[in-house]
Amino acid sequence: MESEQLYHRGYCRNSYNSIASASSDEELLDGAGIVMDFHTTEDDNLLDGDAASRGSNYTMSNGGGGPSSSTHLLDFLEEPIPGVGTYDDFHTIDWVREKCKDRERHRKINSKKKESAWEFTKSLYDAWSGWLVVTLTGLASGALAGLIDIAADWMNDLKEGVCLSAMWFNHEQCCWTSNETTFAERDKCPQWKSWAELILGQAEGPGSYIMNYFMYIYWALSFAFLAVCLVKVFAPYACGSGIPEIKTILSGFIIRGYLGKWTLMIKTITLVLAVASGLSLGKEGPLVHVACCCGNIFSYLFPKYSKNEAKKREVLSAASAAGVSVAFGAPIGGVLFSLEEVSYYFPLKTLWRSFFAALVAAFVLRSINPFGNSRLVLFYVEYHTPWYIFELLPFILLGVFGGLWGAFFIRANIAWCRRRKSTRFGKYPVLEVILVAAITAVVAFPNPYTRQNTSELIKELFTDCGPLESSQLCQYRSQMNGSKAFTDNPNRPAGPGVYSAMWQLCLALIFKIIMTIFTFGLKVPSGLFIPSMAIGAIAGRIVGIAMEQLAYYHHDWFLFKEWCEVGADCITPGLYAMVGAAACLGGVTRMTVSLVVIVFELTGGLEYIVPLMAAVMTSKWVGDAFGREGIYEAHIRLNGYPFLDAKEEFTHTTLARDVMRPRSSDPPLAVLTQDDLTVEELQSVINETSYNGFPVIVSKESQRLVGFALRRDITIAIENARRKQEGILLNSRVYFTQHAPTLPADSPRPLKLRSILDMSPFTVTDHTPMEIVVDIFRKLGLRQCLVTHNGIVLGIITKKNILEHLEELKQHTEPLAPSWYYHKKRYPSSHGSNGEPRSRVHHVQLIRSFQDGRREEDEEEVCLLNGSNL
Amino acid sequence: NSYFFETNANNTATITNLLKCFLLCWLYLCKDIRCKCICPPYRDVEGQIYKQNVSLKDCNCLHVVEPMPVDGKDVEAYCLRCECKYEERSSGTIKVTIIMYLSILGLLLLYMVYLTLLEPMLKRRLFGHSQLIQSDDDIGDQQPFANAHNVLSRSHSRPNMLNKVEHAQQRWRRQVQEQRKSVFDRHVVLS
Repeated sequence: MESEQLYHRGYCRNSYNSIASASSDEELLDGAGIVMDFHTTEDDNLLDGDAASRGSNYTMSNGGGGPSSSTHLLDFLEEPIPGVGTYDDFHTIDWVREKCKDRERHRKINSKKKESAWEFTKSLYDAWSGWLVVTLTGLASGALAGLIDIAADWMNDLKEGVCLSAMWFNHEQCCWTSNETTFAERDKCPQWKSWAELILGQAEGPGSYIMNYFMYIYWALSFAFLAVCLVKVFAPYACGSGIPEIKTILSGFIIRGYLGKWTLMIKTITLVLAVASGLSLGKEGPLVHVACCCGNIFSYLFPKYSKNEAKKREVLSAASAAGVSVAFGAPIGGVLFSLEEVSYYFPLKTLWRSFFAALVAAFVLRSINPFGNSRLVLFYVEYHTPWYIFELLPFILLGVFGGLWGAFFIRANIAWCRRRKSTRFGKYPVLEVILVAAITAVVAFPNPYTRQNTSELIKELFTDCGPLESSQLCQYRSQMNGSKAFTDNPNRPAGPGVYSAMWQLCLALIFKIIMTIFTFGLKVPSGLFIPSMAIGAIAGRIVGIAMEQLAYYHHDWFLFKEWCEVGADCITPGLYAMVGAAACLGGVTRMTVSLVVIVFELTGGLEYIVPLMAAVMTSKWVGDAFGREGIYEAHIRLNGYPFLDAKEEFTHTTLARDVMRPRSSDPPLAVLTQDDLTVEELQSVINETSYNGFPVIVSKESQRLVGFALRRDITIAIENARRKQEGILLNSRVYFTQHAPTLPADSPRPLKLRSILDMSPFTVTDHTPMEIVVDIFRKLGLRQCLVTHNGIVLGIITKKNILEHLEELKQHTEPLAPSWYYHKKRYPSSHGSNGEPRSRVHHVQLIRSFQDGRREEDEEEVCLLNGSNL
Repeated sequence: NSYFFETNANNTATITNLLKCFLLCWLYLCKDIRCKCICPPYRDVEGQIYKQNVSLKDCNCLHVVEPMPVDGKDVEAYCLRCECKYEERSSGTIKVTIIMYLSILGLLLLYMVYLTLLEPMLKRRLFGHSQLIQSDDDIGDQQPFANAHNVLSRSHSRPNMLNKVEHAQQRWRRQVQEQRKSVFDRHVVLS
């Protein structure tokens, strides 16, 4: 037996700190029996030693709390070591430990509350700090959103011209009081000068067109260049949409500096530049990131949140709700977005705080009134026209389009991003941004629908044609003979303006589809909501006008006969645009409830909920048929973030033993013993291995589990002891027990490390099905879990191991698919073709052979994941 | 003495007045309001846009559209078609926002130019190459115990303010360099 040989060799070769990991059942049973008989007395000792700390299951009380009186009766001399209980960059937090720390802190404050008025005030402050921090977050994100809105509008119009009377006004504000405007030329006013007028002195003619074209490209390029330079020099983390990373952070990952001050500032500044440069991107996703930065920065003011990573994530959940609230002017939609899309752990308390943060943020933005229309978003529209049941068919068709677009976009964008990630092409981010911006500007200018701001385009498409609309989309033929009443106008035949608008819209649709694929993922702040909505709105408007004309020319069809009598208004093209926008956004992000609520809050009409729901649901179904993950999950997977999706199901029959490390071919598990190590030996263990935590066992003979100690905590504790405690030498004994071991008289002072020992690590037995293990990891937010057999430590399962395992199971069933195909979530049946369960050995072998191939292929991903391994 | 008090009182009065003016301006004057009526073409009358500086309750066609382009009996029919919207904005906010934004952007650009162009040049002139090489070296410090050292030294306070600022700036630059490496070179995050 090969594994047996390995076992013995490993056992002999390895020193005190390693035990063998065995893989076959017989060995384990034998070994365990012997050990059990032999070491009963020692186990009893261990239990006695623990009696003092029985009061609480968790004795981790470092960092935030400090030793509590109930758990550390004997440790009154011990003070908390600064830094213990914190995490390194790119590590996963332990939700259980953080929550215990918070409860401990809470208990301490509560018990002290009655002592004095000062302590009582402190407890009140502590109780209110949650609400305070979300209030501040809401205020800040509302104000920043206002700033971004105003500045982006102004900069966007700067590409066309400048306001001479007041330089800081955009086009619309410039003509705010001008009385010279006529009905036909309502966008023109003498104060607003286009660049051609300023430079050439003429407003019309080919010369001025070329001049405007040139200035448009010039400004677009310079904005894009400035944005990417600022991002590159000051805060590289400010690029992208930020939602995949925030999702990962909320699920318990640490990315230091991702939500910091510089990221906030640069993201705010460059977001304006990026939007103004005319690239096919939106400001909605980055606003969520901006709000989360605010939440993170304000949580530093309150020790309750700054010292506890799990509590901080509650604030971040609320902040992301505030971000969507100001991005779309949809407070409830924001809360639901936080719940449905980004949050990992969302208790009711967080729900209320998110609600409050969203409310405050929306209120602040409303009082800033950035668009001058008393609304929170530019494309707010109000409809009152009814819809009819036969219209569900085009709505569902729009849903199908949205789903197809979503699936296509995700694949194409991921393929492009993978190319950027893996080839040399990714080395030139500045050049890439400049190139994309140049192409966008050159192609966008001739078409009026792509030249204008995307938000304005969406607004125009959403708005229904009334008598007051001047847009080309509304040039119906009946409007030419002015005597007819307009307000009760039936569906009209399209005029030449509508036909040319159709062509332009079709070209704009193709252009937007192509450019968005290449834009999302550029190294500037770039959101996805607005371009997706624009694509959907264009498609929806086209369908809407087609339906309208169909109803006009064929009003005797049985469908239209009943509802669309001659002279009755039955089709609203603007509504189609809205439904299309929702469907496309749903196809890309795979949101449902929050999306419908957001769009419903945008329009303020309850009666359109059913069409929206039908379209969004259809688009989700169609999209899911091509691949189950949304764009954010796909990007998380592409970057290899350790994100354990709570929505997925685990349906395999593997056991904990198959997943745990070390594998039978690996070197044995590195462990520490509770009282016979010296500082030098401990340091050498830490220096020689790269694991982030070590199980602590009774002794190398017994191998029974005592607890778990993290690498970071050990290094900090040793360093701290060297500084503060006298007499700690390299050959000092390290002990994790309650009482110091009996030592020879001349030995140096021992070092007690009990305070950094996690006395209650999660353990499962080696025969626990992986379904249960995965569930434990998801629901409790564990970082690692020890695998035992008869009380003996066999190995360890970390979040990374589980993710790798999921990936392996996913891939070895579809080995022939192209690389992007792997991003689909399709589960292999756990049973073979003959209905019998597949043998476990088979699984493991396939996994191993696959692993070897993978190592070189994407070392980067492994590198990042290594951060979270143990 | 009494004179002094008098001027003081005078000063206070002026300051209060100024504050009042400022508040008033903020509330009423700077926050411009308008009532905008868009009237589509009617019979032989051209379409026209009317704007008036009136309050919300007066924002209707009868108050805003003047001179009325049609005769008395047609006024009602004409006004039915006009759409009047009351809008308000605060031009002060817009002005302050844009100026603030531009000044922050300008400062950042200056700092960027300083960091990328001027500083390396100055350093080379002052110290030669040794400094640059040294600063590159301490980035690659990956010892496990160095990390603990960092964490612990964070809790110690430094006496010198200038030293502290210098230290914070160094740390920030190291962080940015690390971020740049992971985003642009290694492509481990945000690709």
